[in-house]
Amino acid sequence: MKIHNFKWRNLYLWFVFIVLYAPIIFLIVYSFSKGDTMNNFHGFTWAHYQDLFADSRLIAIFLDTLLIALLSSILATIVGTLGALGISQTTRAITKNTLLSLNNILMVSPDVIIGASFLIFFTALKIPLGFGSVLLSHIAFSIPIVVLMVLPKVQEMSRSLLDAAADLGANSWQLLSQVTIPYIMPGILSGFFMALTYSLDDFAVTFFVTGNGFSTLSVEIYSRARQGINLEINALSGLMFLMALILVIGYYFINQYSSRHRHANTRGHRK
Amino acid sequence: MQRKQRLSRQIAYFIPYILWIGLFVIAPVVLLVYQSFFDINGHFTLSNYQTYFSSNTYLTMTLNSVWYAFLITFATLVISYPTAYVLNATKHPQLWLLLIIMPTWINLLLKAYAFIGIFSQAGIANQFLHFIGIAPQQILFTKFSFIFVAAYIQIPFMVLPIYNSINELNPSYVNASKDLGATSWQTFSKVIFPLTLPGVKAGVQAVFIPSLSLFMLTRLIGGNKVITLGTAIEEHFLTTMNWGMGSTIGVILIIAMVIIMSLTGGSKRRAKRGMTK
Repeated sequence: MKIHNFKWRNLYLWFVFIVLYAPIIFLIVYSFSKGDTMNNFHGFTWAHYQDLFADSRLIAIFLDTLLIALLSSILATIVGTLGALGISQTTRAITKNTLLSLNNILMVSPDVIIGASFLIFFTALKIPLGFGSVLLSHIAFSIPIVVLMVLPKVQEMSRSLLDAAADLGANSWQLLSQVTIPYIMPGILSGFFMALTYSLDDFAVTFFVTGNGFSTLSVEIYSRARQGINLEINALSGLMFLMALILVIGYYFINQYSSRHRHANTRGHRK
Repeated sequence: MQRKQRLSRQIAYFIPYILWIGLFVIAPVVLLVYQSFFDINGHFTLSNYQTYFSSNTYLTMTLNSVWYAFLITFATLVISYPTAYVLNATKHPQLWLLLIIMPTWINLLLKAYAFIGIFSQAGIANQFLHFIGIAPQQILFTKFSFIFVAAYIQIPFMVLPIYNSINELNPSYVNASKDLGATSWQTFSKVIFPLTLPGVKAGVQAVFIPSLSLFMLTRLIGGNKVITLGTAIEEHFLTTMNWGMGSTIGVILIIAMVIIMSLTGGSKRRAKRGMTK
């Protein structure tokens, strides 16, 4: 009876698992198909990948997307980390809660609202739409996740660590760079990582603030998908799947690193 | 003296973050609300709200959007709750969870694009229908396909919070309930479900709010048969250039969001992806 029950459960899980992955695998399989529809597999070819690499417009967009992702996540990580340090130093509970609620507004708002309100904002300030506006938006919507990733680490750090360093004559820059930053590094790394994926994934906000000349991969895929099936997009999805896989593995190792780090710390305490 | 110096330096570190809050959190929302009081010719007026509340089109659109979001959330919940439950009982729940969450790392547009192929006239879904003896149907560009794809995309966001709350559930409550003679169904409905309700609420919040604004899916998959609040906002901002009306609908969407958040409690939505994400 119990074994029987167990099997049904696993079957359901496998079913959900297959449903979740089928469309992705379907896309990638057809990136290798001759012909130009996703209906019947016509035999193996690399042609769509060759098209992809010969498509200089798409490659330029790909590089722009990466550049935006890297720049925005680095800047968001800096501002977010400083913000988390600031929030942890506020003494009054009400200030802290207000700051945290304000921090969460962009996490909770639907993308359309963020996109539309940023569009009004940039227009009001006469900031031209394009690379700059997209970069600013990506920095803006990545900051809150960095704060949420870094803040627990900052709060976990014991006050006496800083006092000890100060007693030993460290100035405030040394306190920050030699004590605080190394301690909260795992949080900073996961924050950076989240910011990177937020930026790479974003479509709606970018779509609003991108203007005419500039495009990111998501926006480009959207406009091509509106014109129908084009197996070059399938080839692109194959590459992006690989990239996502690398990111997942990267994230996994960061987590491993931070848990090892934590272990080492607690062991140190016990000694 | 030294303390004072340290304090001022701490404030200096804080400046970029405070600037961000002022410029990118508060200012845009204020501007959106402000913009909603201007008509297409730039005159200050309440007419956008007047139009919105007196027009059947806008009101039905809003109701429809809420209704679709409800259907999507419901479908997602029905699939995700058992998934999270079963997941919790497996030997390697963390690994399974990672596998369930991994598809969220694939660009949303690519997943939508996959369904354009799957649901097309001669696509694999219709081939399957043909195989089991049903005549090919128009699947793409229907309300069904919109709900299906939206639910598909949101499942991981529902599974994650529910899994966490089931994981936190103390198994001795379940054992106590069984020892006291409750049937499996009673144990589930009187003990397990109420105790995991916070996870369900978090999941509903994580799915319902984005469902009101998925304009790319209504375009790519729904074939403009479904118009959500998000579609209307996008249309007003980027096609008809009537920013005032678009902002008005944006304000309505914000109000809807606040209502949903107060109904489901808590404030943290979409601890997106990854283990903590």
